Amino acid sequence: MILLNFSIYDFSDFINSIDTWLVETFSPTIGHLIGLVLVGTCFLLFTALLGLSLVYIERKVCAFFQQRLGPMRVGPFGTAQTIADIIKLIFKESLITKQSDKFLFNLAAFVIMMAPFIVLSAIPFAKGLQALDMDIGLFFIISVSSIGVTGILLAGWSSNNKYSLIGAMRSGAQIVSYELSVAISLMTIVILTGSLQLSEIIASQSNGWWIFKGNIPAIIAFVIYIIASTAETNRGPFDMAEAESEITAGFHTEYSGIKFAYFFLAEYVNFFIISAVGATVFFGGWMPLHIGDATFFNNAMDFIPPIIWFFGKVAVIMYFLMWFKWTFPRLRIDQLLTLEWKYLLPISIVNLLLMSIVALKGWHW
Amino acid sequence: MRIIKNIGQYFGEIFHAIKSLLTGMKITGYYFFHPKEIVTQQYPENRDTLKMFDRFRGEVVLIHDSNNEHRCTGCSACELACPNGTIEIINKKEIDPETGKSTKAIDQFVYHLSMCTFCNLCIIACPTDAIKMAQTFEHSVFDRSKLTKVLNNPGSKLMPGIRE
Amino acid sequence: MSTEQTVLGNETQEYFINMGPQHPSTHGVLRLLLTLDGEIIRKVEPHMGYIHRSIEKMCEKDSYQQIVHLTDRMDYLSCHINNEAVCLTVEMGLQLEIPERVKVIRTIISELTRLASHQLWWGVMGMDLGAITGFLYGFRDRELITDIFEETCGARLTMNYNVPGGLMFDIHPNFQKRTKEFLAYFKKKLPEYEELLTGNVIFEERTKGIGYISKEDVISYGVTGPSGRGSGFACDIRKLHPYSAYDRVEFKEILYNEGDSYARYMVRMDEMKESMHIIDQLIDNIPEGDYKAKTKAVIKLPAGEYYQRVETARGELGVYIISDNKKSPYRVKFRSPGFSNLSALDTMAKGCKIADLVAMMSTLDLVIPDIDR
Repeated sequence: MILLNFSIYDFSDFINSIDTWLVETFSPTIGHLIGLVLVGTCFLLFTALLGLSLVYIERKVCAFFQQRLGPMRVGPFGTAQTIADIIKLIFKESLITKQSDKFLFNLAAFVIMMAPFIVLSAIPFAKGLQALDMDIGLFFIISVSSIGVTGILLAGWSSNNKYSLIGAMRSGAQIVSYELSVAISLMTIVILTGSLQLSEIIASQSNGWWIFKGNIPAIIAFVIYIIASTAETNRGPFDMAEAESEITAGFHTEYSGIKFAYFFLAEYVNFFIISAVGATVFFGGWMPLHIGDATFFNNAMDFIPPIIWFFGKVAVIMYFLMWFKWTFPRLRIDQLLTLEWKYLLPISIVNLLLMSIVALKGWHW
Repeated sequence: MRIIKNIGQYFGEIFHAIKSLLTGMKITGYYFFHPKEIVTQQYPENRDTLKMFDRFRGEVVLIHDSNNEHRCTGCSACELACPNGTIEIINKKEIDPETGKSTKAIDQFVYHLSMCTFCNLCIIACPTDAIKMAQTFEHSVFDRSKLTKVLNNPGSKLMPGIRE
Repeated sequence: MSTEQTVLGNETQEYFINMGPQHPSTHGVLRLLLTLDGEIIRKVEPHMGYIHRSIEKMCEKDSYQQIVHLTDRMDYLSCHINNEAVCLTVEMGLQLEIPERVKVIRTIISELTRLASHQLWWGVMGMDLGAITGFLYGFRDRELITDIFEETCGARLTMNYNVPGGLMFDIHPNFQKRTKEFLAYFKKKLPEYEELLTGNVIFEERTKGIGYISKEDVISYGVTGPSGRGSGFACDIRKLHPYSAYDRVEFKEILYNEGDSYARYMVRMDEMKESMHIIDQLIDNIPEGDYKAKTKAVIKLPAGEYYQRVETARGELGVYIISDNKKSPYRVKFRSPGFSNLSALDTMAKGCKIADLVAMMSTLDLVIPDIDR
């Protein structure tokens, strides 16, 4: 049967047994199709859960930074608050502005959900728990995540609102520029792994994470990655596209109800993805903390299931990103571009060069 | 030389920037890990312990003693002092049963809470200290007409000895 | 303008955008008609009147005691100072001798009001620049001052504590204790403000050199208060024409010459320290005496014109009363600081970006009911 192979430490047997069972029970085509639908449903459920929990966590974390209690009313310690919010958003009237491009206006909400949803499929959650393990996994993530900007531009353009348009244009300029730094800082680690496949990137960290093994360039690359990826997801202090004190809510000013919820959800899924990619590339993903050949220590660390390692690392990175957001003022759009083109990009290119030297000389561990 | 100096300046700026950002994060981080310093309160839950200051201006009330007697002579000083027409005093003629003389007494002390700006001028204008500010603050009602109140209790009388 | 409009041979077109009357960072119902070229501001046209309540006209039917409470509703963040301005004008007309105790208490409460106003401004400034956390820290400390006010005056925002001739009632017995506790507390918290915003590199980038206005322009537009002093215009009424107890306390007039948003920010930050310094000197030296001079129940100012100005948290507030020897004034005119400060916005904002406009408006510290009255 299927469940016999279940192990919290390694999901590959479990997943394979489901696959075999499906293929054996139905014909191979239908079995694979059912498998696809199953994976899709899992991701849909996961996205919904992720959105619900992240919104709650962010509100609570933000409240504690600001000496507040945060949501406390719905459910114990306000845990059901986001569910109540979602119910409210579902029942809210979906307004469309006059003379807006109604087709694009409705389409934008779906386009913006598409990109993070596709990217999620390439994220390795635990050993064997990954929908697509391509040999160009990292490249796939970088390229697909940039589709998201289309949704923002569509939303801004079709809203027939000047604030939305400004927000969309800002966002376009911002995401296009910061992609470079994100890609280059990730490439820095790819030099060491020699592979773009995420499972291999993780396997290469079985004797220590790249942030420790990769010498100084890895640390610089991580800092650049964090800054650039925050900017790429339009989170504070780089939330120029929304900037509620300047352009009300930017590209999603005119959205209400469930369509607004899509934008909100996409933002949080993106937030999860950048943390997950950062954790995978720099902190070994689901790989437990290993130090070289210290067998006893390594075995002790292996006792903690990989899925907990993965979500733990993601949570730590998320916490830092929230810390940034709730501490710093927002940059101005031209300063944002200055930061990218004059500081982050040159530094990351030099860093890439440095890392190549490090890799050639074998200075890393 | 100049290039080195410029490069030094470039990195100096970066380090200064990072340092300034970290000082800011130190403060928010401190509060995150000290939840005891949270200042917000959960209002309806702490209703029992919530006490307003004595001078807090919640609404105007007419003081009644245990004999259902008040000190208002109906002189309308508060009505005149009020900038917004919040107070309306409707007087009636009353015949004193002992002396048989007809005197003025309040029939209704009407108070429009919806118009009141809580300026306290009526309280200091009152020559007999008949009215005061109460510390209640939960004034919301479902119907605006409920904000118009008659302050004197039904059947209440003027306290003896006030008019002199 | 023409060169910038034809970048790379592409002609651009100016467009208009209505910022307000409902906009998160106009702090009220101010409507700014922006002429934009992309994100760059070509022209700012303020449109007012969305919260006009004709306070000046209402004053013409009210008695002099009643006028005071209307001024609470003008610049609600420095309401005590507004009240004091009206009272000082009426007292000047009546040639009343005010007890020393009243003068000292008025000064202390004025400075507390200024502190509270600047705390709120600091929080809002952070919020406008995107640092929402600062907003709550500012309010956290302001709550303590409003507690002091509530205990002594009976209200948290619209206090109406002054009456012509003195104060409505004496200070609460706890007043001195609470004020001292607050000062000790806030002296520890003010460095936090500086660490969170002042030194922050993003904040410096957003404010330094932004929204420049020269000293000449400041004088010609009549910009006063911290906004004027940020351009080096010595306009502190507390120094120039001391009223109440300002002649007997020692404090510095904060002047910065840069004229940009950062200078205006620094003026207010330093003013908070000076306000605490003033309160420090007075809080233990409140003279004994009456809290109110004897006045008639119906005040009638002798026919004539009276003008008194005070320094509110936003600048110079002038109260101009024409009396025809009746129980209510013939005409009252308020010279409100916000109105004049707003007029300089166009000069400051030309060539800046939308985000800069928000930062500039924050450093002007506009209170819309003060502009419209």
